[in-house]
Amino acid sequence: MEYVVRPTSKFQRLLNRIPVLGDVLQRPLGALGFLIVFGFALTVIFAPSIAPYHYAEQDIPNLLQGPSSTYWLGTDHLGRDLFSRLVYGSRIALGTALPAVTIALVAGSLLGLLAGYVGGLVDNVTLVLMDSISAFPSIILALAILSLLGPSLRNVILVIGFTWIPGYARVVRAQVLSAREQVYVEAERSLGATDWRIVASHILPNVVAPLLILTAMDLPVVITFEAGLSFLGLGVRPPTPSWGVILSDGFDFIRQSPWPITWAGLTLIITTLGFTLFGEALRDVLDPRLSGTKVA
Amino acid sequence: MLGYLVKRTVMTFIVLLVVTVFLSLLVHIVPGDAAKTLLGPRAKPELVERVRAAMDLDKPAYIQVINFVNNVAHGSLGTDVFTGRSINELVGSALPHTIILAISSLGLAVIVGVPLGVFSATHPNSWADRLTTMVSVSFITVPSYVAGLFLLLIFAVRLRALPAIGLGQEGDVVDYLRHLILPSIALALSWVGYLARLVRASLLEVLNEDYIRAARAGGLSQRLILYKYALKNALIPTIAVLGVGIGNLMGGAVFVEIIFARPGMGSLINTAIQTRNYPVVRAGVLVVAVLFILSNLLADLAYTYLDPRIRLDKTRG
Repeated sequence: MEYVVRPTSKFQRLLNRIPVLGDVLQRPLGALGFLIVFGFALTVIFAPSIAPYHYAEQDIPNLLQGPSSTYWLGTDHLGRDLFSRLVYGSRIALGTALPAVTIALVAGSLLGLLAGYVGGLVDNVTLVLMDSISAFPSIILALAILSLLGPSLRNVILVIGFTWIPGYARVVRAQVLSAREQVYVEAERSLGATDWRIVASHILPNVVAPLLILTAMDLPVVITFEAGLSFLGLGVRPPTPSWGVILSDGFDFIRQSPWPITWAGLTLIITTLGFTLFGEALRDVLDPRLSGTKVA
Repeated sequence: MLGYLVKRTVMTFIVLLVVTVFLSLLVHIVPGDAAKTLLGPRAKPELVERVRAAMDLDKPAYIQVINFVNNVAHGSLGTDVFTGRSINELVGSALPHTIILAISSLGLAVIVGVPLGVFSATHPNSWADRLTTMVSVSFITVPSYVAGLFLLLIFAVRLRALPAIGLGQEGDVVDYLRHLILPSIALALSWVGYLARLVRASLLEVLNEDYIRAARAGGLSQRLILYKYALKNALIPTIAVLGVGIGNLMGGAVFVEIIFARPGMGSLINTAIQTRNYPVVRAGVLVVAVLFILSNLLADLAYTYLDPRIRLDKTRG
């Protein structure tokens, strides 16, 4: 058998040495996604230095202006700088998505572990509960709960976390069920291993990759979800600049100026595209079997 | 097969029951007094009491659950506490517009998405395939409200080519359809992307199967192989996804109906939320959930019927 040695550049050799991320970066779309996500992260961290104005600073004579050298992307209906608001909005986007996904991840994993490991009635009850949460289109469920809780950032995080639990519970449960039936797990049990040891040494390691993929794929969905709730007036309250709030303000003045909708819409699309491309590349690297088949 | 059918149907009924109970209890799970929230802090105590009674809130929780489940089972969704109108009437006038919107979007997504996927799969790794993949991913990531706002901005506000608001003149079918174009595209966009990717992936998988190779070796034409033998099997997973699709479209419809001012279920629920009209929110959400659950069940059964392998797996398992 002959091996073909592919010529590798220095850069490629460097990438080969970085586990997972190096593989992601070797895919053109994965690299593009990473660049966007990285840029987004920088924006979140350095928002006050990047934004030329404070997000609530008003310039009343210059309402609904187009892009100019003073206001790079123009101004909104209260004369606030759109660029600065979009930059600060990235903090709301990530500040909602991260805690919300973490809640779903932790609660879902615990439920899935419990259901899969204990089995029987506990498993059946969990399944029915998860099916019932999934029985609503997520936005409708969130609307129903938020209509009672009232709009606020904390409530949006809690509601999104709750709505996203079933996905994580199902993944963990499925992994636990398949691990339980493996011969090596049975062997270890017969040797007297405790439940905790089996969970820690056989089940958790198997669950990490699928959970990582799910989290990466869920982040962009949650970001658009939060913006959607804020667009409906149920998320972040003005003057806090969520991208959804900027869209909603722009919608009210759509006949006077196209800029707020255009820029906020594009920011949302580019951010979610970046996260999605990165998440898909990550999935292809971690689980090649799923390549190109998953429908979010 | 029959066993699976019965199990799946029983499971659906249990979920429907849990969903109904959950919705009737939601008002208790969440802190605060729903009647007070509805009327505002300055409402007179007598009025609050009257609304509490109208919403059944003065009774113990389990009685409320029994009443609600019983009413729903008898086909009554309750009464709007503001207008005194039956909620069935409100839903009856809103639901058809949402269903029409969902079906036209799904139709549009199938008409555009499936051929795109087939084209991609039959030209794998060509630049056209890469372009289609990129376009599909971009479409998937565009939320329906951004798509709706962009379409509204370009075609209604700037070009004034298509109507933006409402349903059109009553009784004028052509006008109704013209008003349906932009909302349908807004809602269909991400599904065009999903379907194109799904069809591409499953068709590529099928095209690598032995029976396709055998058909090729037997000298059948590429066209016959593709359309008669490969596509038929490749489309089976799409059917399962379409079931979920109808439900998701109902969710996305909330935004699209608000942006294009269409009086459907989304607008009904949203208006009820803004006015804190809880009985209408509850009933609206229940109706959407029931449609979602039933479309999932139908898709699942169709899927099982179309793919004997799944049928066998499930009866064994």
